[in-house]
Amino acid sequence: MLNRLKFSLAILVFVAGSSYAELVIDVQGVAQPTPVAIVPFGWEGSGAAMPLDVAAVITSDLRRSGRFEPIPESKMLQKPTSGADVDFQDWSFVGVEAVVVGSVTQSGANDYTLQFQLFDVFGRRQLLGYRMPATRGTMREAAHRAADMIYEKLTGIKGVFGTKVAYVTAAEQGQKRLYSLIVSDQDGENEYTIMESNNPIMSPAWSPDSRQLAYVSFEDNKSSIFVQTLRSGNRFKVSSKPGINGAPSFSPDGRKLVVTLGGIEGNLDIYTLDITSRQLQRLTTHRAIDTEGTWSPDGRYIYFTSDRAGGPQVYRVSAKGGTPERITFEGSYNARPRLSPDGTRMAMVHNDRGNYRIAVMDLARKDLLVVSSGQQDESPSFAPNSDILIYATRQARNGVLETVSADGLIRQKMASGRGDVREPVWSPFPRF
Amino acid sequence: MSYIKLLAAGLMAALLVGCSQPTIPDPEPTDTTYGDSGASTGGMGDGGLGAGEFIEDPSAGELGTVIYFDFDSSEVRPQDQDLVSRHAMQLGQNTRLRVRLEGHADERGSREYNIGLGERRSQAVRQMLMIQGVSGSQISTVSFGEERPASFGSAEMDYAQNRRVEIRYTN
Repeated sequence: MLNRLKFSLAILVFVAGSSYAELVIDVQGVAQPTPVAIVPFGWEGSGAAMPLDVAAVITSDLRRSGRFEPIPESKMLQKPTSGADVDFQDWSFVGVEAVVVGSVTQSGANDYTLQFQLFDVFGRRQLLGYRMPATRGTMREAAHRAADMIYEKLTGIKGVFGTKVAYVTAAEQGQKRLYSLIVSDQDGENEYTIMESNNPIMSPAWSPDSRQLAYVSFEDNKSSIFVQTLRSGNRFKVSSKPGINGAPSFSPDGRKLVVTLGGIEGNLDIYTLDITSRQLQRLTTHRAIDTEGTWSPDGRYIYFTSDRAGGPQVYRVSAKGGTPERITFEGSYNARPRLSPDGTRMAMVHNDRGNYRIAVMDLARKDLLVVSSGQQDESPSFAPNSDILIYATRQARNGVLETVSADGLIRQKMASGRGDVREPVWSPFPRF
Repeated sequence: MSYIKLLAAGLMAALLVGCSQPTIPDPEPTDTTYGDSGASTGGMGDGGLGAGEFIEDPSAGELGTVIYFDFDSSEVRPQDQDLVSRHAMQLGQNTRLRVRLEGHADERGSREYNIGLGERRSQAVRQMLMIQGVSGSQISTVSFGEERPASFGSAEMDYAQNRRVEIRYTN
C-alpha cells in the first residue's frame, strides 16, 4: 500500500514537472534566475480597471527572459504603487533583489500616463524612474518598453521585449494548404497576417528599418521575391527570373538584397540586387549550390552556404566580389548562416551526430557551440541585442518556435496556436 | 488534366501500334489514390471465396509522373530511366507539349539549401530529357524544396516519398 502510494506520488511529481516546463519556461544549465517583484500597478481613472494589466505584461516579459523569477502576488507583504511606500526591509525579508512599482493614470478619454520605478532592495535605492504617455492602443507597447528599460538596467543587456518576429505558418485548408506570413510581437501577441497563399511562402527577411519584409512566394508555381511594406500592405516583385529566385536578405543600408538565382540551368549562385535600379551583381560562379546569403553587419561580407566541397558549409565573399573563403570546418553539415547584429557570432544549422541543430560560432575564436536539442531545428535568427536566438523546431509533426540565449543556457518554447510554424525572423530594434 | 491524360494515352497507343514494341512493360501506377476508380477489396469472412469485382483503373496505360531519388542524390535510378525515356519520346513526338519538372527534397536540413537539392533533381531529369532530343523550350523547372511534402511524417519511409521529381504536363 505504502509502495503504491509512493509510486503514484512519483508520477504526480513527474507530470507536474513536465507540464510546468512546457507551459512556463525550460531553463537549461546553470543559469539561476534572479528573484524580483513586479507589484500590481496602481490605477487612477474612470472604470474599475486599467485598460491593460501593465504589471502582468512586465512580469511575463521578465520571466520569459529566463534571467528573472518574478514572485507571485501572494508572496508580497505589501503592494505599494509609488516609491515613497516601499519598505526595503519587507522586500529583503521576502528575498527579492529588485522591486518594480508603478501606476497608470488617466487624463483624457484615451490619454494615459504610465509611470514606474525600479528599486535595488539591498542597496536601498532607486535604480530607474520613468514616465511615458500612452493610449489604449499603445499601452502594451509602453509596458514592453518599461520591461526593456528594467531588463537593461538590471542586466546591462538591451531588452528586446518591444521587438517583433515574422514567421511562416502552414495549415490544412480542405484539400489545399494555406501558407501565411505573420508578424507578431516577440511574445506571440498581436499576430497579424500580412500575406496568404495556397502556394508556399518562404524566407522572410526584415529591412533594417523594420518597415518592410522581403520574402519568396511560389504564386503561379514559380518562385519570385517580393518586398512588402508592412504598414500599407503594398508589395512589389523585385525578382522573377526563370528558375530559382530565393533566399533574400537586406543589406545593412537597406538598399540592396542578397539573393539566390538559379537560371534555366539551375546553377544556384549568390547575387546582390539593387532594390531601386534592379541592377544585379553576381558574386559567385561555382557550379555547386551557393545560397542563403546574409550580410555581415558592417556590410563588408556576404556569408553563404555552399556545397562546393561536397556537403554544405559556410563561406564568405567580399560584398564587392572576389574569391570566397571557407568559414566552417567542424562537422559535415553547416548551413543557413546568420550573424549576430554585433558581428561577433554566427548561428547556423549544424548536423550534430545525425540531428539538425542550431549552433553558434564565435567568429574570433572559431569555436562552435550547439544551443538547441531537437532533431530538425532550423532557421536561426538573432534578436537585435545579439543575446538571444529564435529558431524553429519540431513537436510531433508540427513546427514550433523556440528561443535560446546565445550562450545556450536559457531555452524556451513559444506557444502558438497555428499549426505548423517555421522560419522565424527577429525584427531589428524599433526606431522611435 | 484529363485532356492531357487522354492525349498521353492516345500517343502511347499510337506509339505501341506504330512501333510494335510489345517489350515495353506496363507502367506502374505511381498514384496511390486510385481508390476512386471503383477498385475495392472486402474481407473474405468465414464463407470462403467472396464475390469479385471488376477493376477499372483509369491510370492504366499512362506514364508514371513521379521519379524518386536516393538520400542526398540527384541521380535518376536505373529503374526510372525507362520512364524518363518514355516521357522524352512523348515530348519528342509532340513538340507542342510542355512539361514542368517539380523538384522536391526531404525535410532534413535548411530550407533554402533544400530548394537547391530539389532543383538539382529537376535538372537531372531535364538533362536526361534533353539528351534524348527534347527541346529545352518544352521544359521548365521549379524546386519546392521541402515545402510540399508528399508524405508528412518524419520516418525514412516518408523521406523516400518526398525526394522526388514530379513531371507535370502544363498544356
